[in-house]
Amino acid sequence: MQTVLLPLLIPLVFIVLTLFAWNAPRLQRMLSLFGSSALLLAALSLLAQVQTGEIAVTQIGNWPAPYGITLVADLFSAIMLTITGVVAVLVAIYSLEGIDENRVAHGFYPLFFALLMGVCGAFLTGDIFNLYVWFEVMLMASFVLMALGGERAQLEGAIKYVILNLTSSALFLSATGILYSVAGTLNMADLSIRLPEVNSPGLVTTIAMLYLVAFGIKAAIFPLFFWLPASYHTPPVAVTALFSGLLTKVGVYSLVRVFTLLFLTDVAFTHTVLLVLGGFTMVVGVLGAAAQYDMRRLLSFHIVSQIGYLLMGLGLYSRAGLASTIFFMAHVIAAKAALFLVAGIIRRVSGSFDLRRVGGLYRDQPWLAILFLIPALSLAGLPPLSGFFGKLALVRAGLAQGQYAIVAVSLAVSLLTLFSMTKIWMEAFWKPIPEKAPSQNREAGYKFSLVFPALAMGLISVVLGVLAQPVYGLADQAAGVLMQPALYAAAVLGGLR
Amino acid sequence: MGSIILHLAARYLMPLLLVFSVFLLIRGHNEIGGGFVGGLVAAAAFILYAIANNVQEARRILRVHPRALIASGLLVALSSGLVGWLTGKPFMTGLWLKDPLPVIGKIGTPLMFDVGVYLVVVGVTLLIIFTLAEE
Repeated sequence: MQTVLLPLLIPLVFIVLTLFAWNAPRLQRMLSLFGSSALLLAALSLLAQVQTGEIAVTQIGNWPAPYGITLVADLFSAIMLTITGVVAVLVAIYSLEGIDENRVAHGFYPLFFALLMGVCGAFLTGDIFNLYVWFEVMLMASFVLMALGGERAQLEGAIKYVILNLTSSALFLSATGILYSVAGTLNMADLSIRLPEVNSPGLVTTIAMLYLVAFGIKAAIFPLFFWLPASYHTPPVAVTALFSGLLTKVGVYSLVRVFTLLFLTDVAFTHTVLLVLGGFTMVVGVLGAAAQYDMRRLLSFHIVSQIGYLLMGLGLYSRAGLASTIFFMAHVIAAKAALFLVAGIIRRVSGSFDLRRVGGLYRDQPWLAILFLIPALSLAGLPPLSGFFGKLALVRAGLAQGQYAIVAVSLAVSLLTLFSMTKIWMEAFWKPIPEKAPSQNREAGYKFSLVFPALAMGLISVVLGVLAQPVYGLADQAAGVLMQPALYAAAVLGGLR
Repeated sequence: MGSIILHLAARYLMPLLLVFSVFLLIRGHNEIGGGFVGGLVAAAAFILYAIANNVQEARRILRVHPRALIASGLLVALSSGLVGWLTGKPFMTGLWLKDPLPVIGKIGTPLMFDVGVYLVVVGVTLLIIFTLAEE
């Protein structure tokens, strides 16, 4: 019954081990492979356990809920943990080559595991204040990871990132304070029972909006996204891939959690706001991407755009909508991480991230082109890749709810995404090599540890497309659990009520 | 630097501060004190020594690198949680020895956790201060 704990304990153990191995970078790199693989295995075993419909619960310190801190893993949490494990393993492999000695010497790996611990903690906790604490763990690690290396651009990006995220944390904490004064509890299961009984529904909606802003900054939704494209392109690609795969998704996870478990008193208002914001996020993100020439900035804007799709499923607030969001989450994390990793390889081969300064890669490096094309087409939503099925599910869920406007927006944004991916294709792969291009270095990019993670992420996208039926089935089952908050409350509070 | 009064005072204050930090550590849990304050006081002792002499001297009498303290502290705190787990109870369940020891009092896993906190606080504080003082 204690498998719930493993995704938290494994990163902690490996923080300690990598700290002890501070002066042995090679050992740290080996440890990172072991640690992330162990995390993936733990997540998979948890997934197998909760897939039967059970909600795994442990009361930390044996203090009964709602007084102590509860760790809860329902199917949604377990799916998120599994994705985290996959991203962790592949980024650990990519880092073997992608993270330089200097960054390892200054503690890259302990921070890597601290970040993973924060992310896993956020996915597992059943206490909203504890969620805040895990956010802080995650953010502290991410602040340092973003600034590690001390390049000028990195520090500039890190300052924007830190300030915006601290603002979000302050709002999160204030909202939690007000919530406690209103409901008298912070245990999410307990809150889900007590909030509907609070006799000032206006106040509850206000708190819900405060949480929306706090998590919205973390998830980079419109109009709070501007820190993301301003900072994500500055650290090394391995770090950006890790951030894009996990950090914003923790924000989305929290939104899904609070808007399916806690704030259901005024669904007509709150979830419509989510839906509208989702639409704007898609459009603004993809339009922002159109103006960019730095590959990493361009892809950063696409992170924002894809967050809109995740919000759309939540805003629809139906079982099909949530199932689509969960499926889309798996898809977008794989596709996005793959694109960032490929961008890193392009940079090594061609010497630049700037699309105006690279070209002709298709003629010289056809394999690299294919490596890029799979996740790019998947992101744009072409069959038979995962993006197509994710969008199909979202569109169907939208039509079933009669939300034609958001469906139209999502389809239009899909087309613009395809345009944006075509732009990278035309510039980097198709056009002749520009005259002032930096010299190409074929060898630098083709290392197993760089190509394998990018290829694996791309293949995951293909597999999610081919196996769309069973994966969607799993997502649908998770959505079924999310739509019944009473199940969650009963699992956590046990025989108390 | 080089004040004889500070130099002498630091030599006598340092053991007192260290003993006081352990007192605070053990007194914690039910009364005011605990690993965090205790750790800060212990770190203050080494910082005082560093001000009175210099950072290299302070590093020398600390004997280990502050980073090793952080890692060991995390390990101790983690183990205190695992004790409950290995005996079949939830993680971090507080377990106590039945009979109190002389002077120290009752000991159990919460004290062990506090020892971990103590080490981490000393390590982090000294790591920051030493690094800044050497710039």
